[in-house]
Amino acid sequence: MTVEPAEKLLAPVLSAFWDDPRSWTLDTYRRHEGYQALTKALAMEPDDVIAYVKDSGLRGRGGAGFPTGMKWQFIPQGDGKPHYLVVNADESEPGTCKDIPLLFANPHSLIEGMVIACWAIRSHHAFIYLRGETVPVLRRLHEAVREAYAAGYLGQNIKGSGFDLELTVHAGAGAYICGEETALLDSLEGRRGQPRLRPPFPAVEGLYACPTVVNNVESIASVPAIINRGKEWFRSMGSEKSPGFTLYSLSGHVARPGQYEGPLGITLRQLLEMGGGMRPGHRLKFWTPGGSSTPMFTDEHLDVPLDYEGVGAAGSMLGTKALQCFDETTCVVRAVTRWTEFYAHESCGKCTPCREGTYWLVQLLRDIEAGKGRPEDLDKLNDIADNINGKSFCALGDGAAAPIFSSLKYFRAEYEEHIEGKGCPFDPARSTAWADKSRTEVNA
Amino acid sequence: MSAEVSLGIPEMPAPDYPADVRARLENDAREVIARYPGSRSALLPLLHLVQSEDGYVTRTGIRFCAEMLGLTTAEVTAVATFYTMYRRKPSGEYQVGVCTNTLCAVMGGDAIFDELKQHLGVGNDETTADGKVTLEHIECNAACDFAPVVMVNWEFFDNQTPESAKALVDDLIAGREVRPTRGAPLCGYKQTARILAGFPDEREGAVEASGGAGPASLAGLKLHRGEAGAARVVPQRAESPGGEGAGYGSISPAEHASSHDAPQQSAVSDPDNPAGPVTEEDGE
Repeated sequence: MTVEPAEKLLAPVLSAFWDDPRSWTLDTYRRHEGYQALTKALAMEPDDVIAYVKDSGLRGRGGAGFPTGMKWQFIPQGDGKPHYLVVNADESEPGTCKDIPLLFANPHSLIEGMVIACWAIRSHHAFIYLRGETVPVLRRLHEAVREAYAAGYLGQNIKGSGFDLELTVHAGAGAYICGEETALLDSLEGRRGQPRLRPPFPAVEGLYACPTVVNNVESIASVPAIINRGKEWFRSMGSEKSPGFTLYSLSGHVARPGQYEGPLGITLRQLLEMGGGMRPGHRLKFWTPGGSSTPMFTDEHLDVPLDYEGVGAAGSMLGTKALQCFDETTCVVRAVTRWTEFYAHESCGKCTPCREGTYWLVQLLRDIEAGKGRPEDLDKLNDIADNINGKSFCALGDGAAAPIFSSLKYFRAEYEEHIEGKGCPFDPARSTAWADKSRTEVNA
Repeated sequence: MSAEVSLGIPEMPAPDYPADVRARLENDAREVIARYPGSRSALLPLLHLVQSEDGYVTRTGIRFCAEMLGLTTAEVTAVATFYTMYRRKPSGEYQVGVCTNTLCAVMGGDAIFDELKQHLGVGNDETTADGKVTLEHIECNAACDFAPVVMVNWEFFDNQTPESAKALVDDLIAGREVRPTRGAPLCGYKQTARILAGFPDEREGAVEASGGAGPASLAGLKLHRGEAGAARVVPQRAESPGGEGAGYGSISPAEHASSHDAPQQSAVSDPDNPAGPVTEEDGE
């Protein structure tokens, strides 16, 4: 039992003024310390900015958790080649819903972070690769970039520093794989979005075979606050290895889904306590810590600290902190089948284990869900997933295997029940958002 | 586009755009190409531009992209067929996409999609006879805290039900003004495609429409400010030393052959998980 109300743990930074009626504008951003960090950064040596961000301990918020400052440091300097910053705004991992609301409500935090990052890595052209399916966000990015140019935060001789930066907003066209950084670069070069063999890594040969940093939206948007309020402030939150604040996205069968910004290391129990728990009358069955590609957890894991080390030690990954919560009305076979259909649909087709493996996983899972499965199918599922995991060209394959392994680990009995009972024992109507509303009305 | 399979005589080259259309599109294309250090990077935006002219990626459009970028039509086609947002046949003025990825599907997206299919009399990726609505199921659109989600021309319609979704498509077909939960009042598919090509929406009020952030986006912020009703602490599970499977595993599968007549154990039947007062807030 916590003595303090759990919501005291929250620490809104990026989301601190999202309730302002015109939160996305330059005016509002400036009223909330906007572009003050840029002034500080431009007064620093680029290498010092890199060192500062490295010392802050900021780690990538796109899933892998790689130290952001270290990524910047890998860019070779004095090599005579153009350098590029590409922001990965292709947020498509099932369950992940933090960058899109962030860009909708506060696009200038990203733009300011990009100018600082480009100053640090000596880049004069930066790109935002936004997934195309979110036109409201594209609209606001167009407007925010226009405002930033007009105010002299982008373009020639930014704020009298002599530093020039062009920023291009690029809309994708619908492909989950483009969230993989090398596929994203191929896509940005006007090709099919397929991952590249590494090495060479993007830091050496990225966009147009030039040194390139690819960072997640939230990572870059966190930089201005770090520069402005100090790395000590940033390190005062979270843990030694996972410092700072972050956006947790609570969704599914919870009483109050939404964005919760707080220090790394918060637990799902704390988030549910402040969010009013699961929807009334129901209990947590399974959840993902960071999107569908992170092995699922159950109610055993409510007290796992949601930081890179904590979630890793419990057998999953922090990922994108997309906490999709499902209650006891949800069929885990149905959930995993649907995720697997997604991976099969989104597999780029470049490598055989992923292309063929996801296809066959779908066939088996559909049969099991329809009551046509055989007992030996479960071992076969595990075997196919094992042949995808770690043997695919990129992490999409590992992501496809994660729901299979983890659901078989925690819910094998439920698969067996589908096979033995020749069908799904769940009523999907009970899982819907409106399932209990009609019942409440009847009772009232 | 015909579905016939032709072997033998190769297809004739696609016709070009009429001269005036070609001149206008070339101007737009040059502006797009100038944004990139390498011209080929303009291919995705140019395919969006083609859709803003034709409503889908036509052979003429593919030829146009190829000529503007010094590529072959095969190279352009390879890219156009990789991405799901490029339509390969004439389609409706409004692209209605129902999210049926796991979370939205479970929360009701499957039911919404089924009811819309029946209501409109079309299947997945099919268009109503009047050319107004193309229905499809889509993948996760990064709005899970607003589930179930429906997208129309890639604007957000949050927290949908079968009833609200049916009313939505009825309004689209009747030509009534439709406003998304998050985003600008709907424009047609071609105008949306032009924004995607990188040309800002010039309509008055389009950028500010629907305000700063959706309600779910503010959940944590409002709690932090003490503006939301105090949350009640609901124990998520009975403390059990059992460890693995303590939650769901305590229910014997044999006890419920069908949830229709044998509901699973839930808080309704679980004294540790009483229905909470959050329902009161539903009425806010």
